[in-house]
Amino acid sequence: MRLNKTSKKNYLTYAIVIVAYVIMQIVAGGGHLSSSLKGMLVPICAYVVMAVSLNLTVGILGELSLGHAGFMSVGAFMGTTAAIALQNAIPSAPLRLTVALIVGAVFAAIVGFLVGIPVLRLNGDYLAIVTLAFGEIIKSVFNNLYLGIDANGIHMSLLEDKTNLLEGGKLIIAGPMGIGGIKKIANFTAGFVLIMICLVVIFHLVNSRQGRAIMAVRDNRIAAESVGINVTHYKMMAFVTSAAMAGAAGALFALNYSTIVANKFDFNTSILVLVFVVFGGLGNMLGSVIAAAALTILPEALRSFASYRMLIYAIVLILVMLATNNPTLKGFFASLRGRFDKNSEKEASAS
Amino acid sequence: MSFLNFLISGISLGSIYAIIALGYTMVYGIAKMLNFAHGDVIMVGAYVCFLAVSKSGLPPVVGILAAVVVCTVLGMVIEKLAYKPLRQATSLAVLITAIGVSYFLQNAALLLWTPNPKIFPALFARTVDGKKVTGFQLFDGQLRISYVTVITIIACIIIMVVLTLFTSRTRTGKAMRACSEDKGAAQLMGINVDTTISITFAIGSGLAAIAGVLLCSAYPTLVPTTGSMPGIKAFTAAVFGGIGSIPGAFIGGLLLGVIEILAKAYISTQMSDAIVFLVLIIVLLVKPAGLLGKKISEKV
Amino acid sequence: MKKVFAFALVLAMVFALCAPAYADGAIKIGGTGPLTGGAAIYGMAVKNAAEIAVEEINAKGGIQFELRFEDDTHDAEKAVNAYNTLKDWGMQISTGSVTSKPCEATSAETYADRIFALTPSASSVATVTGKDNQFQMCFTDPNQGSASAQYIADKKLASKVAVIWKNDDVYSKGIYETFMAAAPGLGLEVVSDTTFNDGNATDFSVQIADAQSKGAELVFLPMYYDAASLILTQASAAGYAPIWFGVDGMDGILSLEGFDTSLAEGVYLLTPFNADSDDEATKAFVAKYQEKFGEIPNQFAADAYDVVYAYAQACEAAGITADMSAEEICDKMIEQFTSMTFNGLTGEGMTWAADGTVTKSPKGMIIENGAYVGID
Repeated sequence: MRLNKTSKKNYLTYAIVIVAYVIMQIVAGGGHLSSSLKGMLVPICAYVVMAVSLNLTVGILGELSLGHAGFMSVGAFMGTTAAIALQNAIPSAPLRLTVALIVGAVFAAIVGFLVGIPVLRLNGDYLAIVTLAFGEIIKSVFNNLYLGIDANGIHMSLLEDKTNLLEGGKLIIAGPMGIGGIKKIANFTAGFVLIMICLVVIFHLVNSRQGRAIMAVRDNRIAAESVGINVTHYKMMAFVTSAAMAGAAGALFALNYSTIVANKFDFNTSILVLVFVVFGGLGNMLGSVIAAAALTILPEALRSFASYRMLIYAIVLILVMLATNNPTLKGFFASLRGRFDKNSEKEASAS
Repeated sequence: MSFLNFLISGISLGSIYAIIALGYTMVYGIAKMLNFAHGDVIMVGAYVCFLAVSKSGLPPVVGILAAVVVCTVLGMVIEKLAYKPLRQATSLAVLITAIGVSYFLQNAALLLWTPNPKIFPALFARTVDGKKVTGFQLFDGQLRISYVTVITIIACIIIMVVLTLFTSRTRTGKAMRACSEDKGAAQLMGINVDTTISITFAIGSGLAAIAGVLLCSAYPTLVPTTGSMPGIKAFTAAVFGGIGSIPGAFIGGLLLGVIEILAKAYISTQMSDAIVFLVLIIVLLVKPAGLLGKKISEKV
Repeated sequence: MKKVFAFALVLAMVFALCAPAYADGAIKIGGTGPLTGGAAIYGMAVKNAAEIAVEEINAKGGIQFELRFEDDTHDAEKAVNAYNTLKDWGMQISTGSVTSKPCEATSAETYADRIFALTPSASSVATVTGKDNQFQMCFTDPNQGSASAQYIADKKLASKVAVIWKNDDVYSKGIYETFMAAAPGLGLEVVSDTTFNDGNATDFSVQIADAQSKGAELVFLPMYYDAASLILTQASAAGYAPIWFGVDGMDGILSLEGFDTSLAEGVYLLTPFNADSDDEATKAFVAKYQEKFGEIPNQFAADAYDVVYAYAQACEAAGITADMSAEEICDKMIEQFTSMTFNGLTGEGMTWAADGTVTKSPKGMIIENGAYVGID
């Protein structure tokens, strides 16, 4: 079977994710994995999903979003609420986790759709600032939202706790205090499965008729429109898919900690995910996966530098951006790759 | 009367946003990059002024000058080391580098000056009967206006006029506008694009120093993260007014401040941020390029 | 090319994280707190004071401690990461986390791993509830809220009260809630209730005007002193001079560099620690802290100092040695802390309930001539 270049790359991405998962499982199974790394596995998975989903918006759709953490927030809060509310109804933790991820994704998709209506009418930096604005609004809303559950069902109020729960009721989201006492049901395998699902969805989308339409819109909106592509429709499709994945990532992330607050998902988190995407390369899903993992581990690995840790992190960030965009270095690596490709071709023809 | 007081508070806050937004918009207009480190240059300016005035006991004017000089040099150094090598790279790569610079400045400040808050000295106050007076009153004390507000607004207007004249009348200013329109064509016309962009950064950072001094004079708690939130708000203000437009930044900043204060006063202190951003979204839907932004028709 | 870079980074880091831990003669105490970012001041205070206490205790020659403090940037996720790093290092006792939400996250971990934790300053109830090995050195938030209301009513300071609180902060919200619950029963009328958050913690004109126009005689400020200093400055400029009432977060306002202490004249606060106290131990601690770090320690520092000394006392009483496992130590510590009495900088005769909360009475202080004066 002859594979074209894109599908080769897609299979490589799957392969690397699977190999990483298997290696981690073997190392962990042997008890050689440090608690530090073990504790980071689930957040890494969540950040990887965040990165590939944002890459869909920024790299494939070509629109800069500065509010991606907002969708993560929606997924985290709604997914966790579902998990807590269904604690007794669904005793099986993996099943409850699945339901929570789906709930998170669905709510994030709905919010993504609502946000998308105004956002996708704008362009460039104006679009970016509106996504930032929505991210901040979502944060504000969750900081003031009270949601409880009792025998009469779900009660919700804004600004003040007016839920008036009956005896035995439970206040789940408590405004600025967020959600506390979460049962930690997220695990590495669930994270791995979520990454794989997201990659499959994205690769299929990109290689489909719809995906080509989305990229046509990115490359030249007017030309795309002139050949009859419904620009808004395709933009919305990519945007909502991306939001849904971020929602699932948020639910996975939240269910890995005993507590979650709205301020976690602020502008800085949106920027952090954007850093993963740019670091890994626009439209390059494998790059996003690796960058998200690397940059999540980096500040932890720098702990031995004590108070200079974040300073060094900043310097590494700047240096890598400079190095990867340096024409001389780029040329050098391109020539290396060229030689490598030639060699492999020779080998192929020899065999 | 309380409405007038709120309006004055809003203008006072807005004028601070405006002066930060002027620096943002200037750099964006010419270098076409979102300089997320701008807010942190502001913080550095405030610290320099604080050290000069409170620690070394220098007069306020010297403190402000020192802040301007240090920030201008800092801005040029940052530009040379971090942004210049990325001239050919995508705008997103530059954006991420700017974020790196922002982290760097914040953490360097944390190490240099510790996280403990410093109270910025009252530079704009006079002493009456042994008491410091920071503003004047109208209508039997029902209306209070602080000197900082007046000075900030005057500074804003002066900077706005000078920048407008500078970009429209001087050779360097014209070169800047040429670069912002088309770098390649500007180069062909014999304009040194690199130098022009460096000058833009120098001016933008010098403005940041003044903004830092005024910000901390109005709201005197100074910590290493002082610049980041006002930086984001000012960025929003710049977009609100139409990014790249100098009068737009002024109007955007003022409006943002006034809306923020009025939303707090008459709607809800809890949701004021959400309301501010909601107004921003509505404005951008009606005027997709901001209040005073140029609508660029796309070439087909 | 970027990938090659990133991949090499990942590999290098995975190896860096696998450093082995070994034990020597000292008991390993670990803690997390914000050492960078906006909340760094609290983490640094705890770290510095704990270092002083460990040095002093080790110099005495008896029980030996080794302290490691990791940065959590005031974030639950990073706090768990920091906690795991400490676990790899071989932490035997924990000082939890400095701030409330991160401590809530790490306390779930210390509970599951059976590592004893006594937090100096994480005051939310959720930090200790339902976890038998989690203890606090500070008052819980509800305790402070109701104590403040009680104090205001008892001393008849005011009947019309305004509250300004921080809407995205667990600490502030926790105190606010219990204050609001207690106020009506004590004859306090809350006439103005306004908030601020991280995004707009600069301009307080609206909050001040609201309290002023509604005739509040006292303004309750459940927040940290950095925001409070701005409120005091702006209220003074607006010509509003009510009675100000703060909680333990207000402590530190007098040592703010460059702060005009006359603005804080007459401010009431409930705090367990007074850096100006005549008490010998406090004097020695303040002098040492100032010499080493060039600042006057705040209440976070004092709590952290007490935590280490409480550990020393408990370890000695229970005969704990460095070769015991964390789990063994944990059980002994629970036994000690629920039975012992401790005298420290932040209180005399402190005891702990089985639910992990400390019993010590907050001291009412008033600021006069730029110094705290006790009012009981």
